[in-house]
Amino acid sequence: MPSPHHKYKHSAAFYDVDGTLIRINIVHAFAFYAQRQPSLIESAKRTVLTAASVPIFWAADKLSRKWFNEIFYRGYEGASEDRLVTLAEELFEEVIEPNIYPRARDLIEESRRAGCRQVIVSGALDFTLRPLARYLEVDDLIANQLEFVDGYATGKLKKPFVAGATKAEIMRDYAHKHGLDLARSWAYSDSFSDYAMLAVVGHPTAVNPDLRLRSIARSYDWPVLDLDQAS
Amino acid sequence: MRAIRPRTRPQSREHVVTIDTDSAPRILFSGENFVLEDLPVGTRVIYPKRPLTGIANPQAAIRYALNHPEQMEPLHALLRPGMKVTVAIDDISMPLPIMRTPDVRQLVLEIVCEMLADHGVDDVHLIIALALHRRMTDAEIKRMVGPKIWSEYWPDRLYNHDACDPDGMVVVGKTMHGELVELNRRAAESDLVIYVNMNFVPMNGGHKSMGVGLCGYESLKAHHTPKAIADSNSYMNPPDSAISHSMNRQGRVVEKAVKVFHIETVLNNRTFDGPLSFLMKNEDEFTEADRLKFQGMKWALDKLPFAARREIFMRTPAAYELIGCYAGSCEPTHEKTLAKSFEQYAVEVEGQADILITGIPYISPYNVNSKALNPLLVQVMALGYFYHMYRNKSLLREGGVLILTHPCSDKFDPVHHPSYIEFFNRLLPETRDAYTLEKKYQDEFAYNPSYVEMYRRGNAYHGAHPFYMWYWGQRGREKVSRVIVVGADNATVPELMGWETADSIAEAVAMARGTMGRSAQITMLHHPPIVISDVV
Repeated sequence: MPSPHHKYKHSAAFYDVDGTLIRINIVHAFAFYAQRQPSLIESAKRTVLTAASVPIFWAADKLSRKWFNEIFYRGYEGASEDRLVTLAEELFEEVIEPNIYPRARDLIEESRRAGCRQVIVSGALDFTLRPLARYLEVDDLIANQLEFVDGYATGKLKKPFVAGATKAEIMRDYAHKHGLDLARSWAYSDSFSDYAMLAVVGHPTAVNPDLRLRSIARSYDWPVLDLDQAS
Repeated sequence: MRAIRPRTRPQSREHVVTIDTDSAPRILFSGENFVLEDLPVGTRVIYPKRPLTGIANPQAAIRYALNHPEQMEPLHALLRPGMKVTVAIDDISMPLPIMRTPDVRQLVLEIVCEMLADHGVDDVHLIIALALHRRMTDAEIKRMVGPKIWSEYWPDRLYNHDACDPDGMVVVGKTMHGELVELNRRAAESDLVIYVNMNFVPMNGGHKSMGVGLCGYESLKAHHTPKAIADSNSYMNPPDSAISHSMNRQGRVVEKAVKVFHIETVLNNRTFDGPLSFLMKNEDEFTEADRLKFQGMKWALDKLPFAARREIFMRTPAAYELIGCYAGSCEPTHEKTLAKSFEQYAVEVEGQADILITGIPYISPYNVNSKALNPLLVQVMALGYFYHMYRNKSLLREGGVLILTHPCSDKFDPVHHPSYIEFFNRLLPETRDAYTLEKKYQDEFAYNPSYVEMYRRGNAYHGAHPFYMWYWGQRGREKVSRVIVVGADNATVPELMGWETADSIAEAVAMARGTMGRSAQITMLHHPPIVISDVV
């Protein structure tokens, strides 16, 4: 069989994760950690607090991703880095892996065959995504990083926050650093909040899009992929 | 515009009617609706032949063909217990519209599969030979093959061909012209391939079945090119078609690599029957009832929204009947198929036209069950298929004017035609030159991972498919001086195509006469059903 021409060897495919490659989002990961506290009482307390905070998270996300990050990641304050990293493997096996869209791996495989560099660009925490990145065999992972002092989380994110327009900026820097042509690259996301990430590449693709992004995709003639539909 | 009135004056020739002062207005398809308009006196209207009588017992005809094949042993004599057999089946692109159940392919498959089982052949796979067309949905496959075959073979042994599967394709050789020949691996590694063809127009069948149906993108590069189309003096007439010659060369390489038993079926042209049978008639012969039915239907269509109109047409299957079944080795079988096909479709026409008028219907081979006949498909129907519906000389003379009726709406089906959308909006504004598009962009679209994913696991046409649609209009674009579209609902689509617009056929004819002169010969092709002009 003739192999693809590798026309895209100076190209990359950038993937959002939550809702794009997997069915769940960062709140699921947060809840997972909340349920796994050193004591039963602490676990119950954290779980209840997380559940009660969901409407606040939702509202903050709608208003500003920056506010959301500030409120949401405060919940990690005091958590030990070792514990978070260790539990990330369990998080992947129990929560993330069963929720990977059936066709997500296929899409990544097609993209890799075309010669594109595979990059995850997500607002989730880096340690929670490392097992997924390994599983999907992507080349690079760009994600938010918690600030740790003496091995304990401060509840703040390191800058720059990987969200909104910053994602596009990070992708530009990444492309420059690796000699990639963004005009011949792909971006995949499910959410209108990633509009900048999609708009910065030559081949934006809406994946399982929300209503607002679906409408934008239709207007701009971007392809729409539904990875949640089994082939 | 006048209402259709019955007329009693006999016509000298049944299939070629000349418009007189008292002729009825003519009905033309215009997407999911109709246009009814008077044509200038002296206009020739070419009608399809009446449907040939269907074979009374299709199953008997199929069995006879399998037992009396052309230059090959009967099918049962080729079968051995334990052998590996692949049955390839033509996809949903034919016939148009879809036919009533049972589909002829179901009838053939039920007989073939029973014969395979009787001879102890258990290793049987059924593959929809769709090349770079979209994957058929489960419901479409079930409807096509029938419940018996479906329940026995689906999903493990009845599935769509995947031209982009790196492990599922194999190169079986090259032609003397250096054309690569790829084939579905399962078929290539089989002891016998049985091809179940549905021959709807003369460009179907023959070596195209295996050479294209089960091939890959790199194989199609040999003939799906602007040059091959430009060099095809009607791709509806295989001896004059450069594409057909290339496919034949590839097909012969395939036949050397794997034994193929071809089963070809020919349908008549009974596109409409029952309450819609008046659409098969000469408007001069309409009865009062026909006239009322048409006006009632037109009134309703005018009132209904686009989606509802489309749904009505898509849910009206045709009453096609089997008129020929032939089997055996490829070329002698196909020769018989072609003869039967032309017997149904070819209508003798004297002389070429200066101005050709044709209605573009709601359907093409590439939008069955789609949300729209998108602009690229309107183009392929006009400058591709309908322009090429001739043998010998083209019906429209070189430098002539083509008049179409279609709304040319900017509507695409994002599930079936995602790459068409990008092609139309990004590439066509840059250039309409097919050679530039081929060189600069075809591979980019073909290997676009999003489009590959949508083709392989969604229901999208391959990323390169819109290029083929554009190429298929290449000869028409080169030979036609002007294209005037009547009834376009926007200016952008015709402009991107390089077409002019008119509000009525009368206006379009006046514009065309500006180029071709007052005495220009005007001809209207009255279809569907399909008619192929045999221009002498």
